[in-house]
Amino acid sequence: MNFDLANVLVFLLLGAITAGLMLGLGWLLRPSNPEPKKLTTYECGEPPSGSAWINFNIRFYLIALVFVIFDVEVAFVYPVAVAFRQFVLDGRGLVAFLELFVFVGILFAGLIYVWAKRDLEWLKRVGQPG
Amino acid sequence: MQQLADSLLQTGFLQGVPTEAGYALVIAFFAFVLLNFIMLIAGVTSWLERRVWARIQSRVGPNRVGPQGVIQWLADGIKNIMKEDIVPAEADRPLFKAAPYLAMMGFFATFAVIPFGDGLVVADLNVGVLYITAVTALVVVGILMAGWASNNKWALLGGIRSAAQIISYEIPAGIAVITVVLFTGSLSMQTIIRAQGWAPWDWFLFANPFLCIASFIFFVSALAEGNRTPFDLPEAESELVAGAFTEYSGLRNLLFFLVEWGNLYVIGALYTTMFLGGWQIPPITEQPVIQGALQFATFFAKSYFLVFVAMWIRGTLPRVRVDQLMTLCWKYLVPITFANLIGAMIWFVLFPNGLAIMRFAMFALGVAVTIYFFSRILFHLRRARPRLRLNPIS
Repeated sequence: MNFDLANVLVFLLLGAITAGLMLGLGWLLRPSNPEPKKLTTYECGEPPSGSAWINFNIRFYLIALVFVIFDVEVAFVYPVAVAFRQFVLDGRGLVAFLELFVFVGILFAGLIYVWAKRDLEWLKRVGQPG
Repeated sequence: MQQLADSLLQTGFLQGVPTEAGYALVIAFFAFVLLNFIMLIAGVTSWLERRVWARIQSRVGPNRVGPQGVIQWLADGIKNIMKEDIVPAEADRPLFKAAPYLAMMGFFATFAVIPFGDGLVVADLNVGVLYITAVTALVVVGILMAGWASNNKWALLGGIRSAAQIISYEIPAGIAVITVVLFTGSLSMQTIIRAQGWAPWDWFLFANPFLCIASFIFFVSALAEGNRTPFDLPEAESELVAGAFTEYSGLRNLLFFLVEWGNLYVIGALYTTMFLGGWQIPPITEQPVIQGALQFATFFAKSYFLVFVAMWIRGTLPRVRVDQLMTLCWKYLVPITFANLIGAMIWFVLFPNGLAIMRFAMFALGVAVTIYFFSRILFHLRRARPRLRLNPIS
C-alpha cells in the first residue's frame, strides 16, 4: 500500500516537475522584451476600463451551493454502493435497497425544492416570485 | 507493480541493490515511461484532431511536418517554447504562474491508476475511481485560478463559467460511476475490469439497460468536464476570445491545451475501464510478455476509439448556450441518473447474478444499431457521389 501511495505522490509531483522543466527550458531560450503597451490587459485593443476583480453574478454561487450538497451526497453513496453487492449476495438486498432509496429519495426531494424555487433557472430575473 | 519490483530485486538485474533504492528506481523508471507516453498521446492527439476536423470540413489540415504531418505537434511545441512569455502588469503574478502547474498536477496524477493491462498499472488503489474524480478536480482549480489571476474580464467569465460547468457535471458523472460500483462492489479499476469479460456481451455496456444508460450519461458528462465541444464554453472563441486562457501566451498556454488533449485520453480510458471491458482478451499465448502487449493494444485501441468519437462530435455539433448547458445538467441528466440508480438497484436485487437473455438481447440491439448506422452512411455516400461527379467544384 505504501508503495502505491509513493507512486501516487510521484505522479502528483511529476506533473509539476514536467511543467517546471518545460518552462525552465523556455526561460533559457525565449526572448524577453517587456514594454508597457505589451503588458496591458487585453480588452479587444481598447485601453482596459477598470479592474476585472468585480462582483460576479450570484447564479454561480447558487450553482456551487447546490453542487456542494449533491457532491457530499455522492461521496456518502460511494461506500454504501461498495457494500451493496455484499448485502445482496447475503440475501439482505431489500434492506440495503430501502436504506439507499430513502437517502436518495430525500435528496431528490431537495432537488425538486430547488427546482420549484427556480434556482435552477439560468435566466432568473430580479423580482421574480420564488 | 510491487510484485514486479520485488521479483526484479530478487532475481532480475536489480539483484543486490538495497530494497528502498530498488523501489525508487522502479518507480522512477515507470514514471519516466509514462511521462513519455502522456506527452506522445497529448501531442499526437492534437495533430490527429486537426486532421480529423479537416477531413470532416473538406480541408487538408496540417500535412507538412513529417509524413502526413505526424510531427506537427513537435514543431508546435518547439515554437511555443521559443515564444516570449508575457505576464500582464495588472495580473496577480504568483497565482497567474501557479495555475498551469495545478492543472498539470491534476492531469498527471490520473495516470497513476489507469490500468493498461493485467499487471500494467502503476498503483492499483482500492479507491481508484474515487481518486480519479478527486484529482481531476485540481484541473478546475487551475482553470479558475487562471481566470481570476489574469485580471481580465474575458478570462474571469471563462474561469467561473468553467468552474460552474465542471462542478455541475460532476454530479451525473459521479452517480453514473456509482451505478457501475453497485455491480462490482469495488472502486479498484482492476476489479471493475475483472468483473467483466473479454466478449462484448460480458461488457457492462450490454449487461443491463441501466448500465447502458449510465454509460451514455457518463460520456456526456465527461465531455463536459473535459471542456469539449459541444460544451467548450470556457474557451468559446466566438464570445470570450479564449476564455480563461486569454492572457496566457506561449508555453503556459500550451500547457493548458496539453491537459485538455491528454484529458481526452483519460476520458476514453475511464469509459473503457468501466463499460467496455478494459484490457480483457481471451488467453491467446502462454507468454506473459506477448499477452501483456496484446492487452495493452486492446485497451489502447478501445480508449483511442473513444478519443476519435470525441473529435468526431467536436467536428459535427455546434456549441450549446450557458443556460442550455445548465438545463441539460440539472433538469435532465441529474434526475435521469437518480432514477437510473434506483432502477439499477432494483435490477440488482432481483437478478444478483445477471440475466443472460438480457445481455444477449442488449448485444444484439447494439449490433443492429451499428449496422443501421453504417447503412445510413453508405446510403448518403451513394447519394452524394453522382452529384459530386456532375459538379466537381461544389
